[in-house]
Amino acid sequence: MSITSGCDGLLLQCSALTLVRGERELFSGLDVSLRPGEVLQVEGENGAGKTSLLRVLAGLARYGYEGEITRPVPLLYIGHLSAVKELLTPRENLAWHVDGHADYRDSDVCAALAKVGLAGYEDVPSHQLSAGQHRRVNLARLHLSRQPLWLLDEPFTAIDRDGVASLEHLFVSHAKRGGAVVLTSHQPLRMEYPLTRLMLRAGGDL
Amino acid sequence: MTETTAPGAVSFCLRLLRRQLTLAIRRPVAVGNPLLFFAMVVALFPLGIGPAPETLAGFAPGILWIVALLSNLLSADGIFRSDFDDGSLEQLLLAPQPLYLSVLAYVAAHWLVTGVLLALVSPLFAAMLDLPVVAWPSLAAGLFLGSGVMSLVGGIGAALTVGLRRGGMLISLLILPFYMPVLIFGTATVQAALDGAPVQPFLALLGSMLCLSIALAPLAISAGLRISVDA
Amino acid sequence: MWTLFHKFGSPPWLYRLSGSILRWLLPISLLALAMGVGWGLLFTAPDFRQGNSYRIIYIHVPAAVVALAGYYVMAIAGGISLIWKMKMADVAMHAAAPVGAALTFIALLTGAVWGKPTWGTWWVWDARITSMLILLFLYLGVMALYEAFDNKAAAARACAILSLVGTVNIPIIYKSVDWWYSLHQPASIKFTGESTIDPSMLYPLLLSIIAFYALFTCCLLANMRAEILQRERRTGWVQRLASENH
Repeated sequence: MSITSGCDGLLLQCSALTLVRGERELFSGLDVSLRPGEVLQVEGENGAGKTSLLRVLAGLARYGYEGEITRPVPLLYIGHLSAVKELLTPRENLAWHVDGHADYRDSDVCAALAKVGLAGYEDVPSHQLSAGQHRRVNLARLHLSRQPLWLLDEPFTAIDRDGVASLEHLFVSHAKRGGAVVLTSHQPLRMEYPLTRLMLRAGGDL
Repeated sequence: MTETTAPGAVSFCLRLLRRQLTLAIRRPVAVGNPLLFFAMVVALFPLGIGPAPETLAGFAPGILWIVALLSNLLSADGIFRSDFDDGSLEQLLLAPQPLYLSVLAYVAAHWLVTGVLLALVSPLFAAMLDLPVVAWPSLAAGLFLGSGVMSLVGGIGAALTVGLRRGGMLISLLILPFYMPVLIFGTATVQAALDGAPVQPFLALLGSMLCLSIALAPLAISAGLRISVDA
Repeated sequence: MWTLFHKFGSPPWLYRLSGSILRWLLPISLLALAMGVGWGLLFTAPDFRQGNSYRIIYIHVPAAVVALAGYYVMAIAGGISLIWKMKMADVAMHAAAPVGAALTFIALLTGAVWGKPTWGTWWVWDARITSMLILLFLYLGVMALYEAFDNKAAAARACAILSLVGTVNIPIIYKSVDWWYSLHQPASIKFTGESTIDPSMLYPLLLSIIAFYALFTCCLLANMRAEILQRERRTGWVQRLASENH
């Protein structure tokens, strides 16, 4: 069963992308196209424009770049901020999530929370959880996700080694189902899966 | 798995409304603060202009409306603030549903916990300022409609300043001029009731302002939020 | 037509065009201003009721008219920059705000000066004065919002939204203030009713209104040129311009 059975071909395409921040050109003439089953790791030093690139690809940054971007499929974006409301429980945070992608069944929400190691925390107010647990509540959305395209900005931040391994496993299974993942990360991935790599250099050349 | 589709715009909007109201109820102080502010500022006026009942009653329509306007203004800054800070806002912008309706849900939640609540308790403060009973219903009805306009206009200011660290004072400068028509017709409603004149024309005017704001303000709010998240 | 529109998006082209426009528009507008105001102040007959004090209308009325028009210029420029992402429209919008605010301030100040001999008080909460005051607040709001953003491109877009909201609201504010004033108008200072103006007073007034429009355009263009240079200071054509002038 494929999550992208309806659309063959590209899940994301951008061509001749040039990004300027302030008076500095981060990169220019960047072409990215993503097919089902592809995992793209964006690398580069701090300030090379990884986050900016992801925000442009997601459609959050709508100015300050030149180039064409097409997003034919729904996407899931996870940024630095966890989008977890302190006053809501993890269950409510996921069930009423503002990304508006699906009405999740309660059992699905509980299962997703269990997969990120938060079983038993479903109804604890989120302000009692740690920052790492907030992150995991946010990452539980990946388990619920029906979006073929994932754009993940530093998904391994504040996640322990087991968590990293299970996330990597999740990316592979998502890709095998016909999805695609774009992620930024400092650390090398240890996945049994062919990776595409994109190196951003602070000078602008690729 | 493809058969699970995103919720429709209206059901998503109701979900957001429920979420915002739950958040408000879980922090009751935040709901109470505008009311407390209202009560305190109303209490300042007798101290400032003297306690004579006839003086107070003369100023009461203006006082009540100006204070309602200020308490609405002060709370408007918070409509999108926490969602901006924790990243919910960027997720909302990426949602497939029309942003127009989503921001309407946010503003509606703000209106329900500030304006509508204030309209409901306004007779209490009217009594404290010796406003004759005959004007109480029109005060409450005017506040009910007018605070909707103020929440929507306040939402524009909030959306434009949510990304700024020092947005608090700025939002007042931006949106107070837009509150003036509401203030004029709101106080006129109460005054008409006091004079025994029909109040329906004024309520109709406030209602039409509300309709106009519902139609146009979400466009400005959406655009403002996209700018603030992108800045 | 469309290529012309695109040319407006080119900073060097706009810089040169505005330079050549300014070269002839500035003398013309100063001449028109001198003629209109001079004619009004020196050669028209005094008003039978207000004597000579009414002559301040030759500054007050044009300033008020152009101040209001300036807000719409600002908002239209803002709309263009939002819809077509045209940077030069941003520049025009940002350049219009201080000029418009200054004109609004002049209108308020001359109104106060006029009010003293006419009504015996510097400030009257008259409908038009109140509306002008609100217009000043609207201008100052746009300018304050622009200053508050660190990212100036975002600032321009936010200001464009705010000024568009303002254009929808200005008629409502004006109408409601008019209505409010008619409700509260004290009988002693009633000025409404047919306000006839003699043609001999009208023509210099029209001339000075035209002069103020032209002057507004000049200030706007001069302001825009300064901002274009500021924004493009690192580009080749500005560097060349700077070295030519040394």
